[in-house]
Amino acid sequence: MDIKLLDATPTAAERAAVDAVLGAPMNAWDGGARGSARDAHTAPGGKSVRDRRNELIPALHALQGRVGWISEGGLGYVCERLGVPPADAWGVATFYALFATTPRPQRVLHVCDDVGCRNRGTREIEHALESACGRSVREAPAGSQVVLDERDGAWMHSPCLGLCDAAPAALLTIAGETPVERLLGHVTPQQAVGLVTGSDSAPADSHVPELPQNGDPSLVLLKRCGVVDPTSLEAYRTAGGFTALAKARAMGAEAVIAEVSAAKLVGRGGAAFPTGRKWEAVRTQAASPHYLVCNADESEPGTFKDRVLLTQDPFALVESLMIASFATGASRAYVYIRAEYPLAADRMANAIQQTRDAGLFAAGFDIEIRRGAGAYICGEETALFESIEGKRGEPRSKPPFPVEVGLFGKPTVVNNVETLLNVLPIVLEGGARYASTGSGNSTGTRLFCLSGAVARPGVYEVPMGTNLRDLLAMAGTDSVSAILLGGAAGTFLRADEIDLPLTLEASRAANTTLGSGVVMVFADHADLRDVVLRIAGFFRDESCGQCVPCRVGTVRQEEALHRIVKGATLGGTGRELVLLEEVGVAMRDASICGLGQTAYSAVESAIKRLRLFEVVS
Amino acid sequence: MFGAGGGTNSYEEVEDADVVFLWGSNAREAHPIWFHHLLKGIRHNDTRLYVMDPRRTSSAKWADVWLGLRVGSDIALANAIAHEIIAAGLTHPGFIANATEGFDAYKAAVQAYSPEAVEETTGIPADVIREAAHAFATAKRAMICWTLGITEHHNAVDNVLSLINLCLLTGHVGRWGSGCNPLRGQNNVQGGGDMGAIPNKLPGFQDIEQDPEARERIGKLWGVEIQPTYGKNLTQMLHAMEHGDMKGLFVIGENPVQSDADGNRVERILNGLEHLVVQEIFLTKTAQLADVVFPAAATWCEGDGTVTNSERRVQRVRKARSAPEGARDELWIISELARRLGHDWTTPTAEEVWNEFRVAAPAFAGGMSYARLEELGGIQWPCPDESHPGTPFLHERLWQQPRGGRAAPFSIAQNEAPSERRDATYPYLLTTGRRLESYNTGVQTSGYRSPLHWGESLDISPEDARVLQIADGDIVRISSRRGTVLAPAFIDKALREKLLFMTLHFPDEVSTNVLTTDVFDPKSGTSEFKACAVRVDRATAAELAERAELVERGALQHAEHQ
Repeated sequence: MDIKLLDATPTAAERAAVDAVLGAPMNAWDGGARGSARDAHTAPGGKSVRDRRNELIPALHALQGRVGWISEGGLGYVCERLGVPPADAWGVATFYALFATTPRPQRVLHVCDDVGCRNRGTREIEHALESACGRSVREAPAGSQVVLDERDGAWMHSPCLGLCDAAPAALLTIAGETPVERLLGHVTPQQAVGLVTGSDSAPADSHVPELPQNGDPSLVLLKRCGVVDPTSLEAYRTAGGFTALAKARAMGAEAVIAEVSAAKLVGRGGAAFPTGRKWEAVRTQAASPHYLVCNADESEPGTFKDRVLLTQDPFALVESLMIASFATGASRAYVYIRAEYPLAADRMANAIQQTRDAGLFAAGFDIEIRRGAGAYICGEETALFESIEGKRGEPRSKPPFPVEVGLFGKPTVVNNVETLLNVLPIVLEGGARYASTGSGNSTGTRLFCLSGAVARPGVYEVPMGTNLRDLLAMAGTDSVSAILLGGAAGTFLRADEIDLPLTLEASRAANTTLGSGVVMVFADHADLRDVVLRIAGFFRDESCGQCVPCRVGTVRQEEALHRIVKGATLGGTGRELVLLEEVGVAMRDASICGLGQTAYSAVESAIKRLRLFEVVS
Repeated sequence: MFGAGGGTNSYEEVEDADVVFLWGSNAREAHPIWFHHLLKGIRHNDTRLYVMDPRRTSSAKWADVWLGLRVGSDIALANAIAHEIIAAGLTHPGFIANATEGFDAYKAAVQAYSPEAVEETTGIPADVIREAAHAFATAKRAMICWTLGITEHHNAVDNVLSLINLCLLTGHVGRWGSGCNPLRGQNNVQGGGDMGAIPNKLPGFQDIEQDPEARERIGKLWGVEIQPTYGKNLTQMLHAMEHGDMKGLFVIGENPVQSDADGNRVERILNGLEHLVVQEIFLTKTAQLADVVFPAAATWCEGDGTVTNSERRVQRVRKARSAPEGARDELWIISELARRLGHDWTTPTAEEVWNEFRVAAPAFAGGMSYARLEELGGIQWPCPDESHPGTPFLHERLWQQPRGGRAAPFSIAQNEAPSERRDATYPYLLTTGRRLESYNTGVQTSGYRSPLHWGESLDISPEDARVLQIADGDIVRISSRRGTVLAPAFIDKALREKLLFMTLHFPDEVSTNVLTTDVFDPKSGTSEFKACAVRVDRATAAELAERAELVERGALQHAEHQ
């Protein structure tokens, strides 16, 4: 590898943190001390080092967690260990929002100001923090240094933290020997100030999500949530756990896939691709090994179902992963969990460990958790591969598709959490029985994340085809001015458009999308223009910048919207709307991935359905 | 090798090799184009790379295993690898029987070189040698590539033979992706050999002494009688000039004053000549000594012709611009010189010269018309007739049953330490080489500014720097038994204790070759640039003052950028 290492040296703490992840150096060429006769005359390297590239992000997490930021010395040490050029590693470190490459206090509060929280308490938190602690890190004037006293804290804004059912939300991170990460809901201004200044100690993450349907016997995917102890293998087994796995193994891989196909299960992440077809495509690939990747990087604003499933029913996901791996011939499964879900990662790690210790894994099989680091784009499947491989989360061009050339260039199945959990009822009941729920080709039940102006926010499980009006009634709404369906990448609906059966077909016909199951309700008094601006800002911030239509388009879109809202248009609102349409179409037609392709979607619906930006005549 | 003067394989084949031994070569820097092909293999086909080099070079950093042998212990290492291959029963008996001769004697000769026995000599742990031996022998396709780390030694030819032995032992030659390849250091050094610009060969590597038929045939073609004995190589010429047996010299595109070992001696010898003519595109240090300089056009862009690269591919060169005022086409200079000496050769075009060459070496280049070179984007020799597609790899004949042509002989090579030993007065070993951004004596590369130019430095291990109490950039005096230079120190972890590294890229500022020894291999004529004993001292105040003055005057232009 062509590497010019940095001159900066790591501190003992940084070195120890990295070694804890990567293991102690093997020799002088691996970051160890010089001096042995063997090292003077030989060095292993090459593929054995290059193959460790995928450990880059875990190593950067170790530095960030230990000292609160990634110094040149720390970065250089990781580069030396993994054979990654520092410029390359720097590109990775700066890509992810939760990695800092300038000094930061050890204690940082990330305050959600995204669409679900900004009108539900975030403003009050911001005001309290600004007067008590100064401006947020992100808004500090260029060139200014934040105070580096260990006891001091800082705060910054954050995109959606996936806790919209308990808005306003915040993520507290405290660097140290034992790093602290806490996702906190219903945060009060006073509590936020206490957390930043350190006068409030971090509360334990005992948050129990809103489970509005708890105990409902019709539940399929959510039936164990809040009922079965999510930390105990025994409890899961007692509740019938691992019977689907046993049945699947008895049926054989091809029969399992046949049932999944018969069930007409489609991906729940938004693209709605037939799961059985995907599995079959990977199963029959000659190249080996095969990989299974579980996409738990749920970052679509307004989405929080993965968080509920991972924290409340992690063993079910482990079992689903084992069945999916068995069916597709995958020897290894990765669960990519967004960094904002520390408890979900802990619970999942515990479930994997207990299952492994119980000897339930097939020989040679294992499941590994990878954590994101604050990048919405990593929910795109190929960007997620790049991230697991230790790179910037930049989507790949397709084809080739993941079923042929996926993670580490091998045939790969990617499914999201909800999709995988559907495999358990399909195996247990059979595909035909499963398909009898729902409507037409939209089979089974579906999870929806209700938040905003509803009485009982939370994750709801309803049969496909349930009317949106009925779903809203379950959550309890009062005055509705608009609904954001499908998340930031989805569309707004008017209050008079809620008579909509929640199926793929009906939503498509209504020119909207179920997306990731977001149903965010805005009340009459909501400032919807502000929400649209936030969505535009979100896409501008989260665009990976790789392809021009999205990189430039998301910026131009946000600028035009700001001009309209400020009343400072270039040639009138009408011309700005034409510009927005042209930019939006260019992004939709020419972007590499779904981020750019959907970046105009909510804005367009705000213009055309909600008529938020009418031309004043 | 085996009668052909070129590497056995194509660039493309290295992409398909399973194991590559890169021996005595920092190709990452010195042969970057070839290394790109290797990188394709490494990246896409998991080619395993073993780099044998005393330094942990940038090539070695790409390697799966670096074998940092002691300078000049190549034969010991090669023989130990052979010892292990034989002991582990990993030879290719069928190939040995069909294609080679002398195996039994060779086997007996390497008996003394067990991996344990050479640990001290080479510095390489026995387990590492064993692993390399097994990887090479069991690979489906394996290649050995080498450069000056093998050939710039007093026993250069034995070094090469010891590597070829490994290919014969395992059948890694004469097949796609398997073979032995010297990487060429200059864009047309292969072409010079092809055309017969070497003292023992006629065009197409037809041997002057051993091939009387060719000698007679070509003599008839040229209308002269060709002497039946080899001419002198450069080292022999210098010797002859030094002793007054040669009084005149015609140098074309070489800068021996700065590129040859013991530069002070070369300059003295050239100054002692009765007549020196230099044909050059720049007024080099050598040209400055000449009685007559012929300013030549730069043929790569100001003339027509061909070049041959490391994979024996002959390619067309086309005139892209006119030469500056006063500079003449090289063919014109040679023809005109002949005319003035009483021989009218007319002034042939490059194509006419090439076609004569095709007649002189029909089995070699008969099929390579300019039209075909153009059409096929270059052709790899041999290419005997116009229906022949060229030859990607050589010596397939060794696999034919019965074998085509002569057997390939195993050669017995015994390890011999470098000619110069370290001692109390000269306790360090200096080895020389190249860096990425510069080329040889800098005639073509030191004239432009580049952020990569650091001027010359003495590269030294952190351990030695600590003992000598020198820091990066400190000016040190490097002395050998032949001369002294000053250079800034550069602390480099790629070096181990007592091993130093310098290049010849900035001879006007640091004339490294006043340090090197001119002890040479009589079989190849190449000096032992890779090993000389030196001492290192901190520069004195007087030396520093003198150097500061040179910097002030702009005489050390590259040093100023440091």
